[in-house]
Amino acid sequence: MKEKLTSLRQKLFADSVRAFGVVSVIFLVSMAIAPAKNFFSEWRHYQHGYLKTIHNRSDANTLQRHFTSGIQQVWLPELGVVDRCTTCHVGLKEASLTDIPTQPYRKHPTIPHHLDQFGCTTCHRGQGAATTVSEAHSSTLAWEQPILPAKYIESSCGQCHRGQLPGTPQLNQGRALLAREGCLHCHTVKLSDGTTLKATDDPPSLSHIADKTSREWIFAWLKDPQAYASTATMPNFKLSDGDARDISAFLIANSTPVPGDTVTLSGKASADPAAGASLYGESFCASCHAVQNAAGNIVGGDVGPELTRVGTKAKPEWLQAWLRNPRVYDPATGMPHYRFSDAQIPTLAGFLQGKADSDFLANVHLDAATPEQIAHGKRLVSDYGCASCHEIAGIKEPENFAPELSRIGSKPVTQLIFLPGMQHTLPDYIAGKIKNPRAFSPGLKMPQYTFTSQQIDALSTALLSLNERSYSLPPSLQVPGRVETDYQPAGKAGKLMTDLACFSCHRINGHGGDMAPDLTWEGSSVQREWLVQFFKNPGTLRPALIRRMPRFNFTDSEANELTDYIMTVYQSPKIDRDSMPLSGYSQGEIELGKQLFYGKYSCQGCHIVDTKTDKGYIGPTLTHVGSRLTASWIYQWMKNPQSLRSGTVEPNRSMSDEDARALTAFLMSQKGGEKSSGGAKAAKTSSQTQEVAKR
Amino acid sequence: MKVHIEFLLGLTLLATSCSRKGASTPALKPTGVGAAIVESSGGKQFVQTGALLPQPVVVQVNDEKGTGVAGALVEFSAAQGVTFDPATALTDSSGQVTTNVSLGGMAGQYQITASTLDSSHKKVELQLVEIALGYQQTLGRRLNDQYCDRCHNSESTAERVSNYDNLEVKPHPFSEGEALNRMTDADLTAIITNGGPALQKSALMPAWGNTIGKSDIQALIAYIRAVSDPASRDAGPLFPPTPH
Repeated sequence: MKEKLTSLRQKLFADSVRAFGVVSVIFLVSMAIAPAKNFFSEWRHYQHGYLKTIHNRSDANTLQRHFTSGIQQVWLPELGVVDRCTTCHVGLKEASLTDIPTQPYRKHPTIPHHLDQFGCTTCHRGQGAATTVSEAHSSTLAWEQPILPAKYIESSCGQCHRGQLPGTPQLNQGRALLAREGCLHCHTVKLSDGTTLKATDDPPSLSHIADKTSREWIFAWLKDPQAYASTATMPNFKLSDGDARDISAFLIANSTPVPGDTVTLSGKASADPAAGASLYGESFCASCHAVQNAAGNIVGGDVGPELTRVGTKAKPEWLQAWLRNPRVYDPATGMPHYRFSDAQIPTLAGFLQGKADSDFLANVHLDAATPEQIAHGKRLVSDYGCASCHEIAGIKEPENFAPELSRIGSKPVTQLIFLPGMQHTLPDYIAGKIKNPRAFSPGLKMPQYTFTSQQIDALSTALLSLNERSYSLPPSLQVPGRVETDYQPAGKAGKLMTDLACFSCHRINGHGGDMAPDLTWEGSSVQREWLVQFFKNPGTLRPALIRRMPRFNFTDSEANELTDYIMTVYQSPKIDRDSMPLSGYSQGEIELGKQLFYGKYSCQGCHIVDTKTDKGYIGPTLTHVGSRLTASWIYQWMKNPQSLRSGTVEPNRSMSDEDARALTAFLMSQKGGEKSSGGAKAAKTSSQTQEVAKR
Repeated sequence: MKVHIEFLLGLTLLATSCSRKGASTPALKPTGVGAAIVESSGGKQFVQTGALLPQPVVVQVNDEKGTGVAGALVEFSAAQGVTFDPATALTDSSGQVTTNVSLGGMAGQYQITASTLDSSHKKVELQLVEIALGYQQTLGRRLNDQYCDRCHNSESTAERVSNYDNLEVKPHPFSEGEALNRMTDADLTAIITNGGPALQKSALMPAWGNTIGKSDIQALIAYIRAVSDPASRDAGPLFPPTPH
């Protein structure tokens, strides 16, 4: 072997000329490596492939003209974008290439942004500067961030857009879950604009819990909250029997009674389930509270807790006191003070007490708590961070109890510990952690949630939007979301509105719920007399809605107080209430308005003016609209409904002033009482009328 | 060679959300053999690209008499990027198999094949189509919910009562491909923007041009095209199952 090498060397380098020749050849070959690598590079294959693909198309000439060979680049220094993706993804901007089924040559789907303004990696991640498929798309030694899987793509919208977007349902849902399911009580999330995300749920205080429920219930609840109510927000901490026993012992021992809270009322809980059920229905409890029906479906709202087994949880005397005035036990509750009469309270309490499940506590037998158990329970309450969510007397709310998630969406994979069999990507890690947190280490405190796969995807999407890029993008690109104000009405009426929890359903001046109409300009909208009557006996405005304004037992002075405040304070600057009269329109105007209503604008598709002929079920019924709304409000509404209530479904018909005035005249003539006399569509079969009645 | 590379790239793009479970599933031993495979539920669903279908796909293996067969091996396949959980399974006591499906990253129609072997080891197949909505169609779907669905969808739920029956002239449901596929995008834009009278149709269809923006109307049309049945020419590409 050695001899062979020696002889080869002697042959090649026998004399200086030959040696020079050999070295030159080696030199030339090595010089050719770089151009050869370039010539055989992957992207050239894709560009050749593209040219072949477009070759036989009818628009080949145009496409050919748009095509530039060589490495392409989108360079946006402000965004930190150097994206060469368009080198291979040649057809992204070609409108005609929607008939090519897949990338790299298909046109980019239509989105509200332009490629040249944002590049590719701003949304898709990956390594923009790379010029090979694997380096651009996957994690490499030099680049960690692989392409974002399609199912999480909406997270990229969330880097700039702080609020809800109509085109990103998954991101919206994930953000709502993040705020509603308790995540933000333990995890801090700061945004690049300096704000901190706020939880929207309101876990109850446990400082007086012995008034409300038994230790046995607490034990069973701690062991499995979803066994009590499948919709419970409280996650499962997988507590041992001993730990649940000790925590329940501590919470009961730590509880102090609320004065006046458990006063037994004169009436005993009534055993009349029918009366209770109808009071439950009339009070529209189901607008906020759900109950599981016999078929296993959850029916009702999710503003308050599910009541399927409330009789197993609530102590009878507490429940009565709560129904009488919930604000005694919890001054900040979202439950209205209904002003039930002394006769109504036991009826409703009895009905709710009947919603019990004897199985839930059947196997719970707790001996009297020992001081050691109570002390151990207190330690556990601190260890598990219970006070992050719940107010507990004597326990301080822990700060930064769980890791901050402000930049979780770009956490380096090298800092993550994966489970065996998991793909080593950040989205998989986040989803895995939400799905089964304790699998990552039995000592972890994060509890077990009962999210569906779809909810986990949504939450992961929301978390992936919290990343470094959202901090590094120019602030001018940030699109703020809807700002929740801390508006509070003043004075006596303000106190009344807090007592009635108006803001649980209604929004005013940027504060409150979305279930019922925004009342910011209610004073410009309605007539005083109507409002007083509505408070005393709320009728149905929208027949198709199942959530309605409950009836509170107002005193006359309360109804007047509230009406006066609304009429004075909630006025729109766009509306001059007195600019148009409530009545006295000419018959000609009214008749013209009627023709427009049934003809040109066909309002009867959505509204009912004459119950004999009209069947529209989408907008409010207008049979009494002339005694309900002000003329100036109707006029402005005709001109531009969205200017009065953004997002309302009523289309803006860009009506002329004359049309709007005539329609206002016609609608103001609808004062209830005797029906308007037929009209163009008067002739209807009786079966159709019955159909309306049935609905 | 080049074709091969193109295919590889498509694979890389689509496979980012590829199944984790399929690979490690231990071989299943069928204990029953059927003669036919039919859909029980879950076909023709719509979901955003890459996302999990809201309902699982349930198929049933039947014998010659149409009775469910337990223990038959069912295998699901689709284009690259579509994942099944599980991808293969044995039918339960009623002859059914349930699988959760995530669609691929490209908008379009995904063909899904469920197959089983009959007693003569011949493959019997069932084809379903699921639809992945891109950004525009997803936006259109949301706008449809807000503005159109109450009249154009005759189905009522307790939470959402349909207005369809109340209308003297019945609107077209958006799944009604027979009628809507004949209308051009320009027609649809005109009727949405200017109302029914723009195409000599009922004034019960109001003009939305001042309420819904131009690009939102395009999004609505993209959605209408995506969900029409039979599929519209503009429904997006059809992704057949990738052969093994």
